[in-house]
Parts: sequence; C-alpha cells; structure tokens
Amino acid sequence: MKPLKITLPIKFIAALAVISSILFTGCATQAPYDYTALNVHKPRSILVLPPLNNSVEVDATYIYLSKVTQPLAERGYYVFPVEVIDRFMKENGLPSSAEMHQVPLDKIKDIINPDAVLYVTIDNWGQKYQILSSTAIVSVSAQLIDVDTGTLLWKGHAQAVQQSDDGGGGLAGMLVSALVTQVVGKNFDQTPQLAHLANYMLFHTEGQGLLEGPYRIAETQPTP
Amino acid sequence: MHPIKTILVLVLAAVLFSGCAQTNSNIYHWGEYENIIYKSYAKPGELSIQEQIQLLNTDIIKAQEANKKIPPGFYAHLGYLYLADGDYRAAMTSLENEQSLYPESAPFLTGMINRMNQENAR
Repeated sequence: MKPLKITLPIKFIAALAVISSILFTGCATQAPYDYTALNVHKPRSILVLPPLNNSVEVDATYIYLSKVTQPLAERGYYVFPVEVIDRFMKENGLPSSAEMHQVPLDKIKDIINPDAVLYVTIDNWGQKYQILSSTAIVSVSAQLIDVDTGTLLWKGHAQAVQQSDDGGGGLAGMLVSALVTQVVGKNFDQTPQLAHLANYMLFHTEGQGLLEGPYRIAETQPTP
Repeated sequence: MHPIKTILVLVLAAVLFSGCAQTNSNIYHWGEYENIIYKSYAKPGELSIQEQIQLLNTDIIKAQEANKKIPPGFYAHLGYLYLADGDYRAAMTSLENEQSLYPESAPFLTGMINRMNQENAR
C-alpha cells in the first residue's frame, strides 16, 4: 500500500498551500469596515425589500427573498416577514421590486416603521458553462439605509460559487462545493443553498458584515 | 472528488468559516418557515394554505421541545396564512403573538389588523 501523501496530486497540494495562505492572511489583511454610522444609529429592526435583479434568471428575486431572513435574524436583528411585506406592497400598487425600491423612506416609516431598510441587488445568479467546467454562482450586494435620516449605515457584497469538480476547480468553488454538496445533489437547483451561504457571508463575516444586533447581543449576555 | 480530498476540503472549509465568519449556535428554531416562503414563490400550489399552517404549527411545538425561540416574522406569516384561509380569530392571535415577541412589528401589524377589521365590517 502506497503512503497516503503520494496519492494526493501535486495540483491538490498546491491548492492546499494556497488555501492555507488565504486562511491565515485573507481574513486579517482586509481592511475592516468603518462601522461609525451603524454604531451611531444602532438599528433593531430591518425591512428587507425584494431585491433588484440584474441577472438573467427571473426566479432569482424570490429565491433570494426566501433565503435572507435566517442569516439576518441570526445576526441579531428583527426582520419583517418578507413575503407578507411583498404581498402587501403588491396589493398596494407596487408590482415589482424596482418600484418597491422607489418608495420614499417617510412613507415606509409611516406604514411599516423599520429602523432601517436593506436594499439588495442581485449582481449574478445561476449556472454558467465555461470551457473546462460549469459553475453555479450567487453574487449579491446590499445597502442598509437608516429610515429616519437616509444615512448609509452599512454596505456589503458577497459571492458564493460552486464549481463542478472536474479537476483544478477554483479555490472558492472547492470550499463551497464541499459545503453545498452535503445538502443537495447535482440535479437540483443549487442556487437556493448558494443564496443562503452568500447571505451568511454577507452579514456574518467579521470586520465586513453587519455588527451583531440586539437580539444576538441579548442572547450572548447572561440575563441579570 | 477523492474521499481524502473531500475530508481535507471539509476540514479547511470548517476552519475557514469558523475563522472569519462567526458560527454561533442559532437563536431560533427555523424549521419550515423559509422553505414555505420558497415554495410559495417557486412552486405555487404545491403546498395548500392548510398544509403551510400545519407545518408552521408543528414548528412551534418543535421550537418548544428544542428550547429555541420563534423567529422574527414567523407569527406574522402564520397570521397572514390564517387570514388567507379565512380564519379571522386565529389570524388575530398569531398577529398578537408576533407583536408581543417583537414590539418592532407593532406599527405594521396593527395597520394590518385595522384593514382586516374594516374589510370584515363591510
């Protein structure tokens, strides 16, 4: 029987080296987000509007909307019921997310009264076929706006990628695929899982994501 | 992917995500709430309103058993489903539950209840 290390291809060992270097430097080197505005306003409740969709995948808007509550609420914020809000706005003459994003903040405050509104844009979504591989991707950016002042409290961007493992897959692809293929097989739409993952990266990445909100802080501090 | 590769990548992924992104245990029991939203848009009609209500009520029991909280929006969504099902009284109870758990929801939900009352009065 051959020793274990010989069974690993050179390319994979090289990839491991790259992963390790990113592991130990990547998180530390990125300049932390400036949380001044977020710390001043300290929102408790966040209204997530259906995202603008700049991808070609028409279903992306509502798949995304069904994957945003858990990551955001687990960060510690009150998240308004996304579908109830969407249906309510549609019944009130706003049939598309583009129109919902145009609603003035004072009107949102009057009717829903969130502390902040999260405006999400889908930058890229779906399955892309490239020369050597196929890739599923969810890429989103988001801005959190204070309802009272219109101040930008925070913005972020996240991308989750799953690359087909036909040798030499990209770094992000390998990492994400290990997580995602645990949950779903190849014949299923991978984008819901990727959207869930992208939202966790978006809100929970230390130094880039949102600061912990009041419900998370209350959870981690012992009650007196 | 080779099994050893898979294991190594999994370990690295675990380290990576625990390193930069925090992996606190969940505050809430999530159950079917987001799956129901997903299906109502992606596969409308696959679950009847009654089935959705039943799934959410099962989640309330599971949350109690797991000693986890009911997530933000959950009771408001359940109230909305009861309303769609014509069960006005159960809708009121759910909407009140959301407000007592999460006072942030009160302005929107009292507006919803008022509109509900107006429509009922007609």
